[in-house]
Amino acid sequence: MPAMGFISRGFRGRRRDVASSARVPPGQYVVTDFPVLSAGPTPRVNLDQWSFSIEGEIDEPKRWTWKEFQALPSETVTKDIHCVTKWSKLDTTWKGVSVDTLMGGVETAAEFSTVFSDGGYTTNLTLDDITGNKAWVAYEFDGQPLDPEHGGPVRFLVPHLYFWKSAKWVRGIRLQKEEHPGFWETNGYHIRGDPWQEQRYWGD
Amino acid sequence: MIKWQLGTLAELKPETPRVSSLYLDVPEWPGHLAGQHVDVRLTAEDGYQAERSYSIASAPEDRRLALTVERLDDGEVSPYLVGELRVGDKLEFRGPIGGFFVWQGQDERPLLLVAGGSGIVPLMSMLRHRASASRKPPARLLYSSRKFEDIIYAQKLARLAAAGDGLSVHHTLTREKPSGWTGYTRRIDAAMVKDVAWPKDTTPAVFVCGPTSFVEAAAQLLVAMDYDPRWIKTERFGATGG
Repeated sequence: MPAMGFISRGFRGRRRDVASSARVPPGQYVVTDFPVLSAGPTPRVNLDQWSFSIEGEIDEPKRWTWKEFQALPSETVTKDIHCVTKWSKLDTTWKGVSVDTLMGGVETAAEFSTVFSDGGYTTNLTLDDITGNKAWVAYEFDGQPLDPEHGGPVRFLVPHLYFWKSAKWVRGIRLQKEEHPGFWETNGYHIRGDPWQEQRYWGD
Repeated sequence: MIKWQLGTLAELKPETPRVSSLYLDVPEWPGHLAGQHVDVRLTAEDGYQAERSYSIASAPEDRRLALTVERLDDGEVSPYLVGELRVGDKLEFRGPIGGFFVWQGQDERPLLLVAGGSGIVPLMSMLRHRASASRKPPARLLYSSRKFEDIIYAQKLARLAAAGDGLSVHHTLTREKPSGWTGYTRRIDAAMVKDVAWPKDTTPAVFVCGPTSFVEAAAQLLVAMDYDPRWIKTERFGATGG
């Protein structure tokens, strides 16, 4: 490591307070606004044609219309989120349906999943990473319906992984026996994306 | 992993009152594609570190790696890069990063580049790469700046357009225009996009980069022109950053 011990001459930096620094993964900084990142145009979604599906390695695929989805038991959770582009946002509040609720009663041999979205975006997640009270399908942010540019009407929320795993404009979960790298995961980004291990890119 | 390395600042070139280009000598640069970025890491004497991402401005074939950085007054890293860093200083970074928002010279589709503010930086890498390519697809740049003095690479862009190799550059200024200005003087809108964008039957390759609100507007206008969303690659940055 040629860079070991390198000091940036004249750099002092702005320090975080001690309380928040324990909540901020390595290489991240805290923002108070909500930056937007996406790879293409924001899809405009017609709620009459919207549905959420669980498919793939499942005997009877599940599907909810917008109305049915809204009627599912919801949870409101407050989480810190961490984007691979370095910003973290603390104490964000979301309302949505736990993936545990959606997966209730599902028998599957799958250990992996691909979460898929309008516009063709995909991201891969292990079943372990989306079950056990770790992932939600969210339709409100901060008490308001989710803006299209932030993934509305509905986005995935997996706050313990980098935020690209929290797919915007989500339409379903495909259960799989094998791991299929998703959009960013085939474009240089880490297959799992744990911010606390700084798994940003291939090989991290 | 993509390893951290040190480059030496060889030249610091002001582009606008708030923006400078950093030209770095990098002994072990693995090469990059036009549109990719690097992660820059600053380390204080007590070990405190701050990291940010910056787009690469230079073409893959350029001798030096160039970053163009806008100084954000409330930023942590950009005031160091544009203000403190001097020629001869070393800078730690790793890259190149990002495999999607990239343009490769063998892509023969007409190129449409749409930039807001410092969103021009990765697009400049593409234009520089195109300029040195043997076969050049026709290209159009629509570039929105606040004021005339905020236009980054104004003269470089004028020179590239003057080469007569199929590139046209279209500026718009959203706040103030100098006397004699002949470009657009408003925010990007449907009429402007219709003037500049390639007809959809040419199936162009489109890259849009800028602040979120700009990118949202530009991408929606292109989709409204019946561009296939899959032709349009976007890169956005919020008001925060660096």
